[in-house]
Amino acid sequence: MKYHLETPVKEKDIRKLKVGDIVFLSGTIITARDEAHLKALELHEKGERLPVDFKGRGVYHCGPVMKKVDGEWKVIAAGPTTSARMEIFEDKFIEAFRPAMIIGKGGMGERTAKACEKFGCVYGYFTGGAAVLAANGIKTVKAVYWLEELGMPECLWVYETQNFGPMLITIDTHRHNLTDDVKQKVMKNKEKIIEALE
Amino acid sequence: MKKLEQIIEDTAVELLRISVTELHKDVVKQLKEAKEKTKGELGRSQLDNILNNIEIARKKSLPMCQDTGIVSFVVKLGDEFPIRSKLKEVLVKATRRATEEVPLRPNAVDIFEGNTGDNVGKNGYVPRFYIDLVEGDQLELTAMPKGGGSSNVAAFKMLKPGVGIKGIKEFVIEAVAAAGSLGCPPYSVGVGVGGGEDICMYLGKKALLKPVGQRNPNPKVAELEKELLQKINELNIGAMGLGEGPTAYDVHIEMAARHPASLPVGVVISCWALRHAKATISSNGEVTIRENSQNQGHIIK
Repeated sequence: MKYHLETPVKEKDIRKLKVGDIVFLSGTIITARDEAHLKALELHEKGERLPVDFKGRGVYHCGPVMKKVDGEWKVIAAGPTTSARMEIFEDKFIEAFRPAMIIGKGGMGERTAKACEKFGCVYGYFTGGAAVLAANGIKTVKAVYWLEELGMPECLWVYETQNFGPMLITIDTHRHNLTDDVKQKVMKNKEKIIEALE
Repeated sequence: MKKLEQIIEDTAVELLRISVTELHKDVVKQLKEAKEKTKGELGRSQLDNILNNIEIARKKSLPMCQDTGIVSFVVKLGDEFPIRSKLKEVLVKATRRATEEVPLRPNAVDIFEGNTGDNVGKNGYVPRFYIDLVEGDQLELTAMPKGGGSSNVAAFKMLKPGVGIKGIKEFVIEAVAAAGSLGCPPYSVGVGVGGGEDICMYLGKKALLKPVGQRNPNPKVAELEKELLQKINELNIGAMGLGEGPTAYDVHIEMAARHPASLPVGVVISCWALRHAKATISSNGEVTIRENSQNQGHIIK
């Protein structure tokens, strides 16, 4: 199925999605990679407020190329980064900030899939490296936070999107994880190939 | 006429621009063929997105991937080429300019002080230079930016020589299986064997610059390349790791002599966006840019 969703996405709409569905997202997505995840969780633990609200919105694993043109930030290239790096804390992030969608590439693991089921979140796989395709779906740069401290790839960019996609749902709220299934098959194939080596 | 230093700098900026905005035509051909052959909708749509992205990037002259990589230059420096020790300084300057002008994403991070903002590291190792001294009065310059995602899945091991060729095959297949979806397949795989712990990784990286489909002149190595390409594809990681479409479109192996006690193997993996662009600069400042999709044989002087 193909869906066009708008942020904030309601939990019941997220729970309708299934692995293999295609989603286009309009509204707000916020970039966050390793360092932004760490910092956001640190602030959360201290009970401090974040400069952005992730609830019902998309968290985008992305370190974009941005350029300031006439005093305004412009998106040059903004494809997804490898989500697996965020596996170590994404479940805590989902629990703390309740985003509707994690967007990235390469897929995520068991911990994230459990958090997705529990808190109503999905993983949207954007084609890795497809940075100008992604930039086409981003209409404006609403804000940027932590730029000085974390640098261009790691800070929080707040984007207003229109039909951002296509994203393939590879983790849904029903404990399906498409890239994990492929991974298990690959490991079985590997055993067979290595056993037959001469 | 421009000074030779300025010509080298301008050329290096142009090579970085070309390498990140225009994928080499041979790679594009592989990806198009891959799409035709892929029956499953999941894999096919990923290859379609990749091809659309390549086309938009080329037309708009924008980086095809936001990760414009760690910059490296592979240099063949002629004995009689007038600029030598100054070359690094010129290429560092070009890297800073390209970061602004293309633009490239600032990717040089100091462990203690954070991102340097200009793709130049504080300690002189980034951008990376691979300099070969050759005969003649020309400079051959290849820009090769490489992204972090596929570099993170590189693998290295000092194997026991007793495991032999079979052990090499096993290690390469293990490495690609472990890479899985993480390095943006379909991959090109560079394998360096022998030389030592440093050289084998360098050979693996250099192997990625070989023309797509060109087999090693040594028939035994060529056979090994073919066998590995086939077995890597039998892993069925597929385009973007979704289990459909090719896992890799090429494997290149470079071999060096090994120490009797050692069998070093380095596996360097490139994402589908295998980016590089090459130019030759003569002593009198004539520039010929080669080996990219659009500017084949184009002279920019």
